[in-house]
Amino acid sequence: MTGQSETGASGAARLEVEGLSLSFGGLKALSTVSFAAEPGSITALIGPNGAGKTSMFNCISGFYHPQQGAVRFDGRDVTRMHPPERAALGFARTFQNIALFRGMTVLDNIKLGRHAHMKTNLLQALAYWGPAQREEMALRAEVEERIIDFLEINHIRNMPVAALSYGLQKRVELARALAMRPRILLLDEPVAGMNREETEDMARFILDVKEEWGTTILMVEHDMGMVMDISDHVVVLNFGQVIASGLPHEVQADPHVTEAYLGSGDPAALMARLRGEGPDTGRNREEVA
Amino acid sequence: MQIGTAKHSYRADEALLTTRPQRLWMALFALSLCAAPFLLDNYWLYLACLVAINVASATGLNILTGYTGLVSLGQAAFMAVGAYTVGWMQLNLPTPFLLNLLAGGFTAALVGLVVGLPSLRVKGLYLAIATIAASFILHFVFVNWESVTNGNSGLTLTPATFLGTPLTDYSQLYFVFVPITALMVLGAANLFRTRIGRAFIAIRDRDISAEVLGISLLRTKLMSFAISSFYAGVAGGMWAYFFRVVTPESFPFVYSIFFLAAIIVGGMGTILGAILGAVFMTLVPELLRFGIDWLTPVLPNAAAMLSPVRTIVFGLLIVGFLIFEPKGLAEIVQRTRRYFHLWPFKK
Ligand SMILES: Nc1ncnc2c1ncn2[C@@H]1O[C@H](COP(=O)(O)OP(=O)(O)OP(=O)(O)O)[C@@H](O)[C@H]1O
Ligand SMILES: [Mg+2]
Repeated sequence: MTGQSETGASGAARLEVEGLSLSFGGLKALSTVSFAAEPGSITALIGPNGAGKTSMFNCISGFYHPQQGAVRFDGRDVTRMHPPERAALGFARTFQNIALFRGMTVLDNIKLGRHAHMKTNLLQALAYWGPAQREEMALRAEVEERIIDFLEINHIRNMPVAALSYGLQKRVELARALAMRPRILLLDEPVAGMNREETEDMARFILDVKEEWGTTILMVEHDMGMVMDISDHVVVLNFGQVIASGLPHEVQADPHVTEAYLGSGDPAALMARLRGEGPDTGRNREEVA
Repeated sequence: MQIGTAKHSYRADEALLTTRPQRLWMALFALSLCAAPFLLDNYWLYLACLVAINVASATGLNILTGYTGLVSLGQAAFMAVGAYTVGWMQLNLPTPFLLNLLAGGFTAALVGLVVGLPSLRVKGLYLAIATIAASFILHFVFVNWESVTNGNSGLTLTPATFLGTPLTDYSQLYFVFVPITALMVLGAANLFRTRIGRAFIAIRDRDISAEVLGISLLRTKLMSFAISSFYAGVAGGMWAYFFRVVTPESFPFVYSIFFLAAIIVGGMGTILGAILGAVFMTLVPELLRFGIDWLTPVLPNAAAMLSPVRTIVFGLLIVGFLIFEPKGLAEIVQRTRRYFHLWPFKK
């Protein structure tokens, strides 16, 4: 298991979001959001439906262009970079609605994670010559030994992704992100729709990624049990604004949070309140979700 | 297939032909390709050459449309670019014909790059229309750039020569075309064992996640256009050495539709599909002709019906495949293979 060398600029956070604002027409999805993710930690981004968590992820990975503010990676401003450039820097993510390549096998999906770090050019590819073949074999070995074994998905490696259960697809998507050897890993609702057992497996994998590889993780999650269990730092968004941040138990005890989100023991009451007061919290948005 | 236990076998697992029966069938096929010129008469050799040319071009289109998901109706125009390049070089330069073919491929690839530029912004039907527009612009160029293309009368080529021997017989051309096409097909098969081929498929399946993985959409789409038109250019060059006349009407727009139909009928996004589709689409009209010859004693005016019947049968076949076998002939072959399960080599 090769650990990631943590060579961030001295003292700088791995990822820093500063004064970020994003609006869609009249709708303010994010207003002056600031937070930071420290190297080698798990930061959870929580908040009710429509709070702007996925929008935040899309700004960090370069799909949405914030009107104001900056995203910094190891102290370097990446706000204007395109997604492929960010990938080359070490950004990896999974999607709320799983974005695997459904026509491909699990193995090929995972292999794609290493695309940006491989060198085979067109001519070598056509000939499948020395360097191309060596690179593909090294990739196969790495994917098998470092990722497939680690995530315990040996039995499905040659299956088409479309044939897998939801929980396994989420795991394959994590595998693909890990193949990128990420320096910051963004997970959008990694356990949504999973049963208890699958959730526990996933939580264990995420913790292992942090502990064994030293990867910095930023995670959006609604499952409060898991958030409290595995995160080092929690940031709470509500209607596009940070209303609290701190250690898990601090956030849990924060009256603002209780009011906005956690305290609402009755989900129906919460939904009603959100419908009554909030901006559009519906799910009618673009494919980037 | 469990590999986890035997890690040294990755190479075997990633080979193009993984089972013994597959390798045996392939050896048999290669043997029969070598033997064919000694067994077939001139007419069938003519068809075999045509099939080789069409397989090369269909394989190229399959890379672009079947694997990368970019629909193009410009394949015939790219072939024309290759054919004109080869024709002009053959008439004006002392270069060997293999070099001319390569140059035809590269010229077509350059044109393909330009035509592919809109693909970053437009997809699907809109991209298809853009490639149609490009075809018509190229046609205009072929007609009017008389100093190079000789306008409507076109170029009449001298035969390709190999070690001083002019290649005029179909059997000679067969031995040039079939290896070239085989190499091109092998290249395509290799491509999809590497990062570049995977990136093509990624863009076809879901371009947003492709970007997150660091795949640049513009670069990759353009690369696909370039390879695809390179294949078309080389195929067009072979076509030029085969018919030895290249005019603006040599590569009509329906020829582009022919290739699109070939990969649909054969099976999009599979190497075998482009081959089967091109063979099928080239040979079916000929088979129909045999049918008509056979009917002539009974139906004296059958010959007059050949052309309309051919068109109708063609249309019906394509519609039939779209409805009943959308994954094409390649899927039928796979099913048959599963059915016989490695027969007759293993039980
Ligand atoms: N592309 C878009 N166009 C217009 N509005 C959008 C777009 N993307 C998001 N929004 C809006 O921005 C707000 C925040 O959405 P976002 O998806 O970021 O919420 P979320 O916190 O991820 O919610 P959930 O927990 O339901 O996933 C919502 O009101 C949503 O409708
Ligand atoms: Mg979301």
